[in-house]
Amino acid sequence: MSAATLCLQHFAEENHALEDYQGGVPRWCKGCGDNAILAAMQRLCRDEGLRPEKTVFVSGIGCSSRLPHYMRTYGFHGIHGRALPIAEGIKLARPDLHVFVNTGDGDCCNIGAAHWIHAIRYNMNMTVLLHDNHIYGLTKKQASPTSPIGTRSNTTPRGSYLDALSPLTVTLGVQNVSFVAQAVDWIPESLFHILTAAYRHRGFSFVRILQRCPEFVGNMFEPWVHDPQRMLMLTHADGIRVSPALQKIYRNQLPHDPADINRAREIASSDDPIPVGILYRNPEVPCYEDLRGAGKLRTADQVRGALDAELDKFTVWPQ
Amino acid sequence: MNAVSPLPARAHAARKGSVAPVAKHLQTLDQHVIEIMSDSGEGAQKCGQSFGSIAARTGNGVWTVEIIPAEIQPPARSVAGASGNRIRIGSHQITNGGDEADIAVAFNEQVLLGRVNAGELKPGCIVLLENMWAEHDDAKIAGQYAETRDRLVAEGYRVYEVPMETECRALVPDPRKGKNMFVLGMLCNIYSLDMNLARDQIAFIFGKKDAKVISSNVALLEAGWQWAESNLDFKYRVPAVKATVPQVVINGNTAVALGVLASGMDICAMYPITPATSASHYLSDVFERAGGIVHQAEDEIAACAFAIGASYTGKVAVTITSGPGYSLKQEGLGLAVMAEIPLVVVNVQRGGPSTGQPTKVEQGDLLTVMFGSHGDAPKVVMAPGTIEDCFYSMITARRLAETFNMVVVVLSDASLATAQQPFPRPQFSTEWLAPPVDQNPVPDGVKPYDWDPVTGLSRRFVPGQPNGMHTLTGLAHDRNSRVAYDPEINEQGMRARSMKLATLQKILTPPPVFGDREGELLVVGWGGTKGAIEEAVARLRGEGHRVSSTHLTFLQPMQPGIGEILRGFRQVITVEGNWADDPNDPLIDESNRRYPALAMLLRSRYLVDVDCWTEVRGRPIKPGTVYAELRGRLAHLETSR
Repeated sequence: MSAATLCLQHFAEENHALEDYQGGVPRWCKGCGDNAILAAMQRLCRDEGLRPEKTVFVSGIGCSSRLPHYMRTYGFHGIHGRALPIAEGIKLARPDLHVFVNTGDGDCCNIGAAHWIHAIRYNMNMTVLLHDNHIYGLTKKQASPTSPIGTRSNTTPRGSYLDALSPLTVTLGVQNVSFVAQAVDWIPESLFHILTAAYRHRGFSFVRILQRCPEFVGNMFEPWVHDPQRMLMLTHADGIRVSPALQKIYRNQLPHDPADINRAREIASSDDPIPVGILYRNPEVPCYEDLRGAGKLRTADQVRGALDAELDKFTVWPQ
Repeated sequence: MNAVSPLPARAHAARKGSVAPVAKHLQTLDQHVIEIMSDSGEGAQKCGQSFGSIAARTGNGVWTVEIIPAEIQPPARSVAGASGNRIRIGSHQITNGGDEADIAVAFNEQVLLGRVNAGELKPGCIVLLENMWAEHDDAKIAGQYAETRDRLVAEGYRVYEVPMETECRALVPDPRKGKNMFVLGMLCNIYSLDMNLARDQIAFIFGKKDAKVISSNVALLEAGWQWAESNLDFKYRVPAVKATVPQVVINGNTAVALGVLASGMDICAMYPITPATSASHYLSDVFERAGGIVHQAEDEIAACAFAIGASYTGKVAVTITSGPGYSLKQEGLGLAVMAEIPLVVVNVQRGGPSTGQPTKVEQGDLLTVMFGSHGDAPKVVMAPGTIEDCFYSMITARRLAETFNMVVVVLSDASLATAQQPFPRPQFSTEWLAPPVDQNPVPDGVKPYDWDPVTGLSRRFVPGQPNGMHTLTGLAHDRNSRVAYDPEINEQGMRARSMKLATLQKILTPPPVFGDREGELLVVGWGGTKGAIEEAVARLRGEGHRVSSTHLTFLQPMQPGIGEILRGFRQVITVEGNWADDPNDPLIDESNRRYPALAMLLRSRYLVDVDCWTEVRGRPIKPGTVYAELRGRLAHLETSR
């Protein structure tokens, strides 16, 4: 085989089309924000040249968690709330794999909340997409922890009683936090750029994606969708690029240095206007898999040597 | 069995050197049980384990059991605070902790009382009691001491008051840190053990410290030996048969951890829980040197999910827990069953339900691990019966998990976890390890769940393999791993997962029968009761009774040939450490009697009228208790012919 052929073959192997990442036909409802997230993910995989066999999408349970089925990569559709520890096990055993996690506001912030807090602290290199539509969808409209107070649902017919939990402020409050961003499904271009920045960050990249659920809370984000001035675009040389076209629509912009965690916490506290962009990034936080020396191969001789060394401590030799 | 001849107790033994050596009564013993107890932190455990190691080195059969208080620092001098060791030594192999103790050594009278009240001491046994409390400044303490001493003497115990504190103070500034080696010296004298072995043992346990520490402990050891030589009027010899092969002396949890290492598994995800944690402690230490990772997760559920994630990527991982943790893991285990991800789970059982008795012995989780997790979730369940089994079970479990893409649960228990018994040193074999993780492209046309029509087995795809991309799911799925609600496909999946157990059962061999294959009475056991059952059966067979036993190491699937074994006997009973209703209770009859786990399983599978005897007293079942129960049943059977 000539060098040119090899080169072409290599090119074909390393370069993928969008179709190479498309799995089953999505079964989400019409107008569901999950579709936008899926499209952004497939584009990201292509543009970043991720090998499908080296990529794993891990999810829990809920509408969000169907996403792996629609990718043509490896996928692990787990159980409710446990996507993060499953993803951590995958990453610790195989640091060579690209790991993405798709989780919802119920999956991550309710049943899996303990894992969420600790996943931030472990800071393993993975990209976590919080599909936050403020409602339980798959179980048919119950209030979620991020439902705004007063949300009418099947379990809160007169409106929910508690203030919504803020996934951004919680995440920014945990030790070892290294990447926090917010995106919205109705600005696909910025969603894609934010996800790309998240993927490129080495560490636990947490992206909260505000996502519409037309079936159960159709009007939840309408005021923001229809009033670009109620969106706050975070801009900075170290942040994400806001294209000239977008800048014309979303004129409400705020320069924000992603290295500034205190300012990030202030910005995160606002839900109107909705901040969009990278709130915080710290590439210096060590990753748990690096601290633990993950991915080292252990040979049979090493096992034999280690076992013999241990047994020596407990052996009674014949006199 | 080994009654000590009644010699007058030397009520207030004199100090070393102040009297001439006493006349010794030397007795040769077949076996003996020694208990050493102190407040937490006084070193009785180290003393007991060292004594066990010296005896093992001598060639004696040994079984040591930890006596553990439930609290880390129980109040000093408290009845519930006994911390220490029970050591059973014998002239032959010892397979369990034995019956009531023959000698008790206590650093104060209150911890001793705890053991007396629990019925752990043989009536009239020898008590070697620290006497520093007799003249304690606090009159209340002195009074408690005198009262207990007098009570024990009145009840017939042979109480020897030992001036441990005074003797040790002559050698070290803080006798609290030295009494244990003084006692070790005493015991070496009493059991005629070679002091050179004892000195070696001290050099071994204090090996990391400086020479001064070793020499001062050797001085304490020798002082203890000399004191016993000068002041005690008895001495024993337990004949030993020198081992011809190297033996290792470890407890069940250490054996589990070493088994994990030997099996090639290199990720263990766990959450701290008694009595399982010491396995992970030891494994953490080993893995830091040998490579491998013990991940202490944020909770039991995460530990299970983490292990599942790690296993999914190629190499089988293990999670180690105890009952309450196992309950929490069950949803995750169902996922591993459904998605056919291999996984090894160790459940070191403790008393249940709920928090139950964390440090105590029970066999209460068998049905939970077999049938637990909702829906039909077939898993392999194994139960080691000896310390050696704990080691090899892990190697077998890893291999079975990987071969069958199944969850394999290894059911140990609190009695195996902390008991030590010598067994032949394992010789590593590369066959214990899995082949390297396959990263070759998946051939065209092969599906992620290509269930074999006979065995139910399918090839596992591992991330990184080109052409194998699919999403596995805990939802019902077809051969392509696509979510499927089709009734046919659902049944196909259920059948395939079930067939894997049948396939495994076909390659298992029948359990061995201890004794003849026919007779009046068969005892069936599982797990950590093996030694006690076999000792009782051996004793009864020695007396001419037609009794045998069999011990099951596979509970799911059950080994072939069990039905034939059961049918060779007039009566079959299980002996188990879990709850069973007493048929003599006024409300209990055959329509509501709750049988223990194994009896229920045997009755349902083999349609044999299996009876049972169980105990949930939080301690290992004693061979003498089993003996008495079986003898009663045999008497009834033998007269009802």
